Amino acid sequence: MRYAETGFNLEIDLTLGNIERVATDPADTELYLGGLGTNAKILWERVPPEVKPFSPDNLLIFSAGLLCGTPAIGCNRTIVSTISPQTELMAFSMMGGFWAPELKYAGYDKVIVRGKSPKLVYLWINNDKVEIRDASHLKGKGAIETAGIIKKELDQPKAQVTSIGLAGENRVFFASVEQGKSSASRGGMGAVMGDKGLKAIAVRGTKDINVAKPAEFMELCGEVLEYIKWRNENPIPGVMPILAGLGSPQEMKIHDEKWHTENFMWGNSRTRRKGFWTEDIANSWTKTMKDAQTRLISCYNCPMKCGATLTLPDMPTYMMKCFSKLTYTMAAMSDLDFGLKIAQKATEYGVDGFSAPQVMAFALELYENGILKREDFPGMPEDNEGRFYWLLDAIVKREGIGDILADGTYWAAKKIGAGAEEYAHNNIKKHEQLPLKLSMLNPIYFLMYSTGEKINITQIEGQFPQAPFPKREHREAFVKDWFQVPDEKFKQYFLDWELRGENSIPYYPTAEMTCDIVDWQERMHYIDDALGMCAGLSSFPLKPPYHIHNYPKFISAGAGIDMDEEKLTNAAKRYRTLVRAVNVRRGMRRKDEKPPKNHWKKRFPELETKLLDEYYKLKGWNNDGIPTEESLNELGLNYVSEDFIKRKILPDTKSQNNSTE
Amino acid sequence: MDSEKKRKTIKTIKIDVDKCNGCRSCEVICSAFHALPKYSSNNPARARIRVICDPLADIYVPVYAGEYTPAECAGRDKYIIDGKEYEECAFCRASCPSREEFKEPDSGLPLKCDMCEGEDEPLCVKWCITDALIYEEKEEEIEEMPDQNDLEIGLKALADKYGLEQVIDTVTRISYNSVA
Repeated sequence: MRYAETGFNLEIDLTLGNIERVATDPADTELYLGGLGTNAKILWERVPPEVKPFSPDNLLIFSAGLLCGTPAIGCNRTIVSTISPQTELMAFSMMGGFWAPELKYAGYDKVIVRGKSPKLVYLWINNDKVEIRDASHLKGKGAIETAGIIKKELDQPKAQVTSIGLAGENRVFFASVEQGKSSASRGGMGAVMGDKGLKAIAVRGTKDINVAKPAEFMELCGEVLEYIKWRNENPIPGVMPILAGLGSPQEMKIHDEKWHTENFMWGNSRTRRKGFWTEDIANSWTKTMKDAQTRLISCYNCPMKCGATLTLPDMPTYMMKCFSKLTYTMAAMSDLDFGLKIAQKATEYGVDGFSAPQVMAFALELYENGILKREDFPGMPEDNEGRFYWLLDAIVKREGIGDILADGTYWAAKKIGAGAEEYAHNNIKKHEQLPLKLSMLNPIYFLMYSTGEKINITQIEGQFPQAPFPKREHREAFVKDWFQVPDEKFKQYFLDWELRGENSIPYYPTAEMTCDIVDWQERMHYIDDALGMCAGLSSFPLKPPYHIHNYPKFISAGAGIDMDEEKLTNAAKRYRTLVRAVNVRRGMRRKDEKPPKNHWKKRFPELETKLLDEYYKLKGWNNDGIPTEESLNELGLNYVSEDFIKRKILPDTKSQNNSTE
Repeated sequence: MDSEKKRKTIKTIKIDVDKCNGCRSCEVICSAFHALPKYSSNNPARARIRVICDPLADIYVPVYAGEYTPAECAGRDKYIIDGKEYEECAFCRASCPSREEFKEPDSGLPLKCDMCEGEDEPLCVKWCITDALIYEEKEEEIEEMPDQNDLEIGLKALADKYGLEQVIDTVTRISYNSVA
């Protein structure tokens, strides 16, 4: 008997119209857990580096996490993985909501989609009955609209639907996969889904998910629930409100946007507007949000209310969470009312709320600087907001300049030429980043940005405070009940971290400490992504209810896999290395691992080299960021090292030895 | 007929639909608690509470499973409150042929909330930390009388078995004897 997981994947071949239910190997669960871990294994085995993102041989995997469907609170994420059209690397984007648990109750851990359907279809999974259904009547329909139509035509109000909008259908490189208020947005999951001719996957399940040790598992859940209650009543003092509590940053609930609007960049990640947040703005934006909001809402089995239903005059209701609240507003240098209105259209079209606004601001910057001309924008209105609506339509429909912009700033700049590349200035690994430009290099963020393969900083950072607390007594108070640390040394790192002087950035935390901190942060995110746990209850916030000390117990009691901290750390390291291996085989090297040139004003090339050198060493990678033969074999990834040697990515040490004998 | 005053504990779950965030934790813990062995499995389709949910219409109604009914009502109801149109019979607690709710998914047998007997409070309430569900207990003094329904059912059964005439005769004889 399998616990926590179902032990079955659905294999869908859209070219042949073939559907298979395939049993999985429990040994893989022990080594790679599930979710991201087993997705990486599948992509390594079945998608060789020659396969292009829009090839029928590319796979699009929708995976529930290992513990999704159990009563583990907040464990509801779907991990979508594929080869991204934007980065041409392995992309894995996560979404919360209700879809992953429903898939488990239907009896599957993953839906693995390959091939291409000749016409638009959707998938209907109803327990053992799985159908590929015609979706020609859904062509061009909005993502949320589509979910509604499908539920109605199936007469299944309880079905959970994930879908793409027009952007996905038209293979916009930053198209998202939407699901209620949640979406898998980064890396162009929606584009690959659209390329496969797959409009949506609807799922309904009414089967049991078993846990191995019921009483123990429930006791752990009870502890988490109690701790969440306690944390909700005891926000962390001394940090800004959105970082004081649990959950995703509470953008729907908290109206004070001084920090974002005055510290993040506006326009094409260019302009910092100090003093922007006046009382008038505060009042007017608070009113806008309050008038639009009907309710704060949650994902499956989670008490945090990170999302909201929003209704703006004469527009269909939609749902939102987190920072999409401000991305359109700030890219357009406009106000919140505009941002919430255009986000409604963008959600139905299904585009990434980080990339889409930046691509539009980038286009207008090119226009203002004469690189793009008026005739490139036929029919574009003169007013600022009107331009953004016009651009959004052009991109999503791939019309005129929109067709070029739909590939994202990196590829668009290459096509446009004439110096446009200078304007695509906020990318890492060809992908748009949060609009942040800061002064002093932060060593922790330097490493996270450089080596992150999740592309999004919010899915890499967390746990460790973003900045030192000014007073030692506050730091002492903070570390007092900081039991989540994997090792006591992290408390000392933080205690000695000062705002100014010798123990301040960029040289403190030292390279060694920085490597430890980043390794811990990354590890927790990777564990979440295999278990299906929301980062908002685990790797992202300070002092979360899930941590390295209780996770092994959850896995033991839930999945029946004998687990301890060391074994879990090793498992996470194994599939984290495998993600890197997929990307290394696709050509990713040290040269690709760098934050935008202008991310910090004050840069320290020698220190940066040292940080990267030491971090690579800690991770078991060589100086070019390639996992070494030794470290691969130690993790049981001999099949990777053999492949690397065959492809001459790693030197063949054995045959060299033979030849010298 | 004799009656006596008795104290009875009335258990109530107060449902504040405005506070419901639609997370369905109540369904999760309910189905886990009622699994055999306890907590061994989870399946909201077995839960004895359901959140009737339509996020875009802002509809969130946690409903508890009540009595089983073999036949649906003569008509159905549909509430519109504050402009929100709720689904047919949304607030009804019956396990009824007219709808899917409150039936075991495999056997179709009816489900009924038992207020988590043996626990301090129903577990759905404990797991609802947004306070959409609040548990209340109160003592009520009631006059305990034989239930009129039970009496009628009993009489009908007797009449079916022995025929109405014989039952009437017997009752008449008994009352005559007791008077005498």
